Amino acid sequence: MYDKSQGVNYLNCERGFWSWFGTLDHKRLGLMYMWSVMGAMLVGGLFAMAMRLELFAPGEQYVNAEQFNQLFTLHGAIMVFLVIIPGVPAGLGNFALPLMLGAKDVAFPKLNRFSYHLWVIGALFFVGVLVTTGLDTGWTFYAPYSTLHSQTAVVWATFGAFVLGFSSIFTGINFIATIHKMRPPGMTWFKVPLFCWGLYATAIMQILATPVLGITLLLVGVERMLGVGIFNPDLGGDPVLFQHLFWFYSHPAVYIMVLPPLGIISELIATYSRKHIYGYRFIAMSSVAIALVSFIVWGHHMFTSGQSPLTSIVFSAITFFVAIPSAIKVFNWVATLYKGSIVLKAPMIYALSVIWLFGIGGMTGLWLTTLEQDIHLHDTYFVVAHFHFVMVGTAIFAMLGGMHHWWPKMFGRMYPEKLAQISSTLTFVGFNLTFLPQFVAGTQGMPRRYFDYAPRFEIYNQISSVGAAFIGISMFMTLWYLLWAIKKGKPAPANPWGAVTLDWQMPPIPDPHNFKDAPVVGDPYDMDLFVWSEDEGGYVPRNPVPGNPYQALPRSAIEEGTSSA
Amino acid sequence: MMEVNTQSPTSSQADDHGHSKHLAHHFDDVHQQFDTGKFGMWMFLLTEVMFFAGLFVLYAVYRSNHPEAWQFAAQFLDTKWGAINTVVLLVSSFTVAWAVRNAQLGETRKMLINLVITLLCAGGFMVIKYIEYSHKVHVGLVFPQLEHSLFNPNITAEASAKLAAYEQGEVFHQIEALSAAERNWVGKFFSIYFCLTGLHGFHVLAGMVVLSWLILRGMRGDFGPDNFNAIDFGALYWHIVDLVWIFLFPLLYLIN
Repeated sequence: MYDKSQGVNYLNCERGFWSWFGTLDHKRLGLMYMWSVMGAMLVGGLFAMAMRLELFAPGEQYVNAEQFNQLFTLHGAIMVFLVIIPGVPAGLGNFALPLMLGAKDVAFPKLNRFSYHLWVIGALFFVGVLVTTGLDTGWTFYAPYSTLHSQTAVVWATFGAFVLGFSSIFTGINFIATIHKMRPPGMTWFKVPLFCWGLYATAIMQILATPVLGITLLLVGVERMLGVGIFNPDLGGDPVLFQHLFWFYSHPAVYIMVLPPLGIISELIATYSRKHIYGYRFIAMSSVAIALVSFIVWGHHMFTSGQSPLTSIVFSAITFFVAIPSAIKVFNWVATLYKGSIVLKAPMIYALSVIWLFGIGGMTGLWLTTLEQDIHLHDTYFVVAHFHFVMVGTAIFAMLGGMHHWWPKMFGRMYPEKLAQISSTLTFVGFNLTFLPQFVAGTQGMPRRYFDYAPRFEIYNQISSVGAAFIGISMFMTLWYLLWAIKKGKPAPANPWGAVTLDWQMPPIPDPHNFKDAPVVGDPYDMDLFVWSEDEGGYVPRNPVPGNPYQALPRSAIEEGTSSA
Repeated sequence: MMEVNTQSPTSSQADDHGHSKHLAHHFDDVHQQFDTGKFGMWMFLLTEVMFFAGLFVLYAVYRSNHPEAWQFAAQFLDTKWGAINTVVLLVSSFTVAWAVRNAQLGETRKMLINLVITLLCAGGFMVIKYIEYSHKVHVGLVFPQLEHSLFNPNITAEASAKLAAYEQGEVFHQIEALSAAERNWVGKFFSIYFCLTGLHGFHVLAGMVVLSWLILRGMRGDFGPDNFNAIDFGALYWHIVDLVWIFLFPLLYLIN
């Protein structure tokens, strides 16, 4: 199946089902996460398409109210727990983190494999939910509806999410230990690539926030099975407490979903501008700052829940602070683009899209943070559009950009560039068509989570549904050519993009053990270290490390050499 | 499953470098391996603390809302058993720490004795917990929606009569004297008591599995001055289980 002429690599070193499902290799685990996540994304995406079809016109078209409840619940739960949260950290992160750090593997390979198996088990619980009664609580599982009234398989779903939570926690523990302890000599904290900083910040939140979701979902299950009454108002319990505990996790979870993707964007912007990233330390620290602030803003999801006005004011005020580190990232990206030699390859199209989409998603967040305005916009399509700009427009777009960027490293084959440029542009256009009108419908009061709407909202919904069709078509197109490229794509050079991070300073397809010797570490964004070579069809080191044609001698080493000579 | 093990990098590469046989291939030396493992273990303990934290928040909210109800409810817990269990766990923490020291010094026999004492303490803790739980179940101090719960608003006459007959209805009559709202608040105390101690008990059981695994490996002669990582990390886990109880005991049993 793979090109044997390239010698032993991580893809062809072993064969058979168990060599993949039972592997300890972070690269193979990363690929399996990626395929699994794409499978889940297909299911979640089809639910979204079904919703957009129903909403094309007011009134009941194809599904009734109960079925629609199931559609948006399952779409949300699958996309959050099975796709976005594991997608970038566990999928691309697993593949790229040790390579970028210059480590031989993650800190705990067996734990890494266990995380993946937990993902599979969690997914099986969701399959169980799908084939039995479905789920109609919304992905948020709000009590008391989830604990007392819903007739669907809530216990299965919450337990599935609990297991997926532990998968995520173990990935977080693994990555944070890897970044702390597995860096080779010379890889100081501020030489760590920015994608790794994003993963680091995410690991903090995975470790500290996810267990709280775990215990909360466990309590929902116990409540349904044994009736502890903790969230049951009839028995003196308080359902709002559920919301507090739930959002204590689920707000940081938003940043679990976006910080690693934003890290990818930093890599892409620098690489495809052929320019050193601007403000490296600010971008790195802004990820950590977002992670820390994320723990004290959860109450902004609950402005209308009846929490005290003082609490709401404080949460509103703190939430504004998130805008600062977020804007720092965007300004630094734009400053990196300035006077760069921008190459509009597909990953760069995705990266530039993210600057636009994250800008809109972030700034509409400020509208929602503003307390009075949120009372009006709460539970409208404005909120739906806002978080899709962040979770899809940022996280999924960056994931797609990252997949294109690393596809040659994963499979040793180039994807077809023209097709990729077309489909990434189509996705961008489709996304804006889908979600921009929802802002308008939301400000005019169209509530979310209904299968029906007032006729005056029809035009917005029709534009939205057409846009969704665009996204659907371009996604299938992307999936098709990416799969095609694995078998038929042009063989990839070792470094097709001229990126300087260590994952590009190795053979086209990595060795099973990544690096035979600890790599020489330099500045990860010193683009001058690589020059274009027509013979190779890719970039080659200006000054290769002796005995290793893939590795570039960092500037500090060259200067040392000249001064001693 | 055999293929899984044969392709593990640990088995294929570990001996090639002339390092210790306990060194996994992706580490440079045993110190890095130990540091990394310990760091990971601390991160895991952090998640355990946060796991309990959710329940501690519920405890704090409901207690601060109705402190008098919690003061009243706590008298039904048996402080004597709680205190004995505290001592049992403190002793087990001491012996497991000693076992780590034994492993570092290569005193395998002493290490095994200490581990077995730790395991027996853990078992003893669970036995005492069982005695306490079964008494609560008999008198009806359980989750409000269970059939035989004193806090069940729709309790059947039959179940009620049975609870009134048990131990001359000592507990029954005290709860019966409360208003419906008060009964809800007292019921919350027991819901949270069972959730907290139940989750803690589950961790004790998990700890017993870990301790048994350490004993088996110790009997096989796995541990010594050059390899005590697993026993060190297992002991850390056991300490956190102990520590959670140190908080639970005063918060639940010593409210008065």
